[in-house]
Amino acid sequence: MSATVADQLAENPLVEGLERLPVHPTSLVIFGATGDLAHRKLLPALYNLAHEGALPERFELIGVSRREQAHQDFRDLARDSILRFSRTRPDPQVLDGLLADMRYVPGAFDDDDVYAELGRTLAEFDAQAGSQLDRVFYLSTAPQFFPLIAGKLGAAGLNRCETAPTRIVIEKPFGYDLASARALNAELLQVFDESQVFRIDHYLGKETVQNLMALRFANALFEPVWNRNYIDNVQITAAEDIGIEGRAGYYEGAGALRDLVQNHMMQLLALLTMEPPAAFEANRLRDEKLKVLEAIVPPSIGDVPSMAVRAQYGPGVSGGVRVPGYREEEGVAPDSRTETYAALRIHVSNWRWAGVPFYLRTGKRLSRKITEIALTLKPVPHLAFQSTGSVGVQANQIILTVQPDEGVSVSLGAKIPGPTMRIRPVNMEFRYGTSFLSESPEAYERLILDAMRGDATLFTRNDEIEALWGIIDPILAAWHLDTTSEIPQYPSGSAGPVQAEALLGDGRTWRRL
Amino acid sequence: MSPARTASGPIADVWAAQDTNPDAIEAALRELLRERHAANEALAPARVLNLVVIVDREWKGEVANRLDRVGRYEASRTILCAVEQGRTAIDAFAVMNYKEPKDGNVGVMHEQVEIDLGPEHLDGIETIVDPVVASDLPTVLWSPHGHEEAVQELLPMIDVMLIDSDTLLEPTAALARAAELIESVYVVDLAWLRTTPWRERLAASFDQPPRRAALAQIAALAVRHRADSGASALLLAGWLASRLRWEPGPLEAMGGDAFRGVARRARDEVSVQLDPVEQKAPGLGGVTVTCGHGFSLSLDRAAGGLCARERSPNGEERVWQVLGASRGEGGILGEGVRQALLRDPTYGPALAAARRFGG
Repeated sequence: MSATVADQLAENPLVEGLERLPVHPTSLVIFGATGDLAHRKLLPALYNLAHEGALPERFELIGVSRREQAHQDFRDLARDSILRFSRTRPDPQVLDGLLADMRYVPGAFDDDDVYAELGRTLAEFDAQAGSQLDRVFYLSTAPQFFPLIAGKLGAAGLNRCETAPTRIVIEKPFGYDLASARALNAELLQVFDESQVFRIDHYLGKETVQNLMALRFANALFEPVWNRNYIDNVQITAAEDIGIEGRAGYYEGAGALRDLVQNHMMQLLALLTMEPPAAFEANRLRDEKLKVLEAIVPPSIGDVPSMAVRAQYGPGVSGGVRVPGYREEEGVAPDSRTETYAALRIHVSNWRWAGVPFYLRTGKRLSRKITEIALTLKPVPHLAFQSTGSVGVQANQIILTVQPDEGVSVSLGAKIPGPTMRIRPVNMEFRYGTSFLSESPEAYERLILDAMRGDATLFTRNDEIEALWGIIDPILAAWHLDTTSEIPQYPSGSAGPVQAEALLGDGRTWRRL
Repeated sequence: MSPARTASGPIADVWAAQDTNPDAIEAALRELLRERHAANEALAPARVLNLVVIVDREWKGEVANRLDRVGRYEASRTILCAVEQGRTAIDAFAVMNYKEPKDGNVGVMHEQVEIDLGPEHLDGIETIVDPVVASDLPTVLWSPHGHEEAVQELLPMIDVMLIDSDTLLEPTAALARAAELIESVYVVDLAWLRTTPWRERLAASFDQPPRRAALAQIAALAVRHRADSGASALLLAGWLASRLRWEPGPLEAMGGDAFRGVARRARDEVSVQLDPVEQKAPGLGGVTVTCGHGFSLSLDRAAGGLCARERSPNGEERVWQVLGASRGEGGILGEGVRQALLRDPTYGPALAAARRFGG
């Protein structure tokens, strides 16, 4: 439970028993309000919160973007976004209510007039409410604008408010490498306190990711085996069946390691391996994640070839359709060395996990889309059963599927019906879709609400970001320095490059996608 | 057993039998599941909760329509027992609904069983229902047309009783029955759920630290409700009384279904009034909280949410819209089903306080 929730329960006797905790009146400012993220995710998420009655009793929205347009044009744009992408069918009266007082401030992010106008609009909303509203600045912009916008907000005196909290939300990527992450943190923290900064990684807002903690810490069944004594190895997979989908400009500068491993997959690894926090509260949880990230010894540059594999997708067939290779995609250099596939072997050097290899792999244009964590247990010490005529006893696995079909399955050895004692693996399955009545809310809905409430539990702290980059940085450096070796190519629609098998050893294989 | 597409979109496998028995119904359900799963391994049965509904035969269609409108909160297995005067044999009809899964996802199957039975079956109805419920799942009972004898028979085997205290003509009698039920089973009361948005908004309105202090200075509470939703109004007043440690006194009828009274606080009193208002939807129409120093906040049902009206101690008035879509009665029933999986520690104290207001 976060400090905020505990405070509310302690001081507001009306809160007990309510599923939806109060959110204080808030003005939300979206920088980059005409961009793709706002269009597809943020504005529809805000509508859904309004529909559910979850927004604060007073809620004001201001969009800021370069495009010159009037308030009404922005409202029309927002209406279009909501009608197209809302997960609930919009109620016309709620939609009209949400849009009614929405404002738009046009201008470049380095233009002081933008911040002056923003300040006037925020003050106007405060005056209407008769008190200062909480302020949340959501930076849905390219990352190079984060320091600029934060600095300008500070210069305009909008980074703090006397009687109401002010927060800033930034979207990943948080830096490009360790040095740039440190520089970004330093620049943000010159203007805002760490407690005001909410670094959003929407992955952490997914129900299944949060359920990883519930699975571990609410079930006596799993935690006793969650250590080096019982776990042989762990594979974390984030496979995509699509290519770069026209995003060469972004992807050429990022690559698979920065795009998915440094953030989403390492966060999964941290949640999977951390010690139980004393309470489900922002800093306690993040302290535990930091501790386990610090227990991962970053590789030396010389070690990288033996613990990391990169590759690019080549031409192939995906979903029955012939598709080009990465280097043939529009906007990609024919000699590009940007990886579309990355696989790593990582060790967590602490008492719980010493000696257990963690294998991470991600790639585009693989044979199917799946994100899962597979823990393979050590085999039983002695087998009394025959294996002739069957696949035999196999090590138990605990599979946590994040997408597309969220759930948990446990593989068990079971007797094949018949006169002989033959064993084969069977699955015991739990699927969210069959076990809960409610739909999982969109991650952005949860995270926007948490940011407005000041609950940072599912947001990433500055020291976590730097620890994550500290692990990844040597790999990036080694790959950057290596300008001559061939980048392995894997056929589109395949399970990835054969070179990734070499990471496993000891007779292990990658799980079939 | 051939699948048929229903009007609402999902595909359904069906089974029916006349003069049947619970074992045959349960076997048919098992077979429906087995056959469908064998045909498509990506289809799995929903396993969340059982909903047992006891209804009068002539109103079966209306109740089935209400259940159709609960949307995503459909029970995993719904067992609708329709009581028909003069009937001596048990007829049953089972439907398994599902949508073909796409993109590697799991498809979910929901089972609906309709059992037509006679009044003579109510004594011992647990021997009909028990074999048919999916085991190891919470079982919810809803008996909108009374059938108290069936409720008493089924109480030992259920986990949750779904009631609607607004449907009884006399709110105090409805609340007394709810109080009796919570002695033996967890109760989800739709009248209580109709107050949820109001409770959430009041909690939010008084959550900022300067406002929290005002909770101790509330001098008057006015609740406006549809005439037939007196139980909801009493429960909202009871909730505030129980959360704020007021000692409720019996409210007096003022004519026209209005009630007035007071609740005692440590050193003073809070005036409480309940007033019926004309409105289409069941439930509450508005609430006004007035504090001793001149601050007041009114929330009233309005298009697209609530209309909030705040008067500050200096007489300044502000009006704004609080956003939220109406859940409708289908949504309230669906929420009732969902709430069966949760536990609300505040209903019991609110109910006790509401009963004291009710005298």
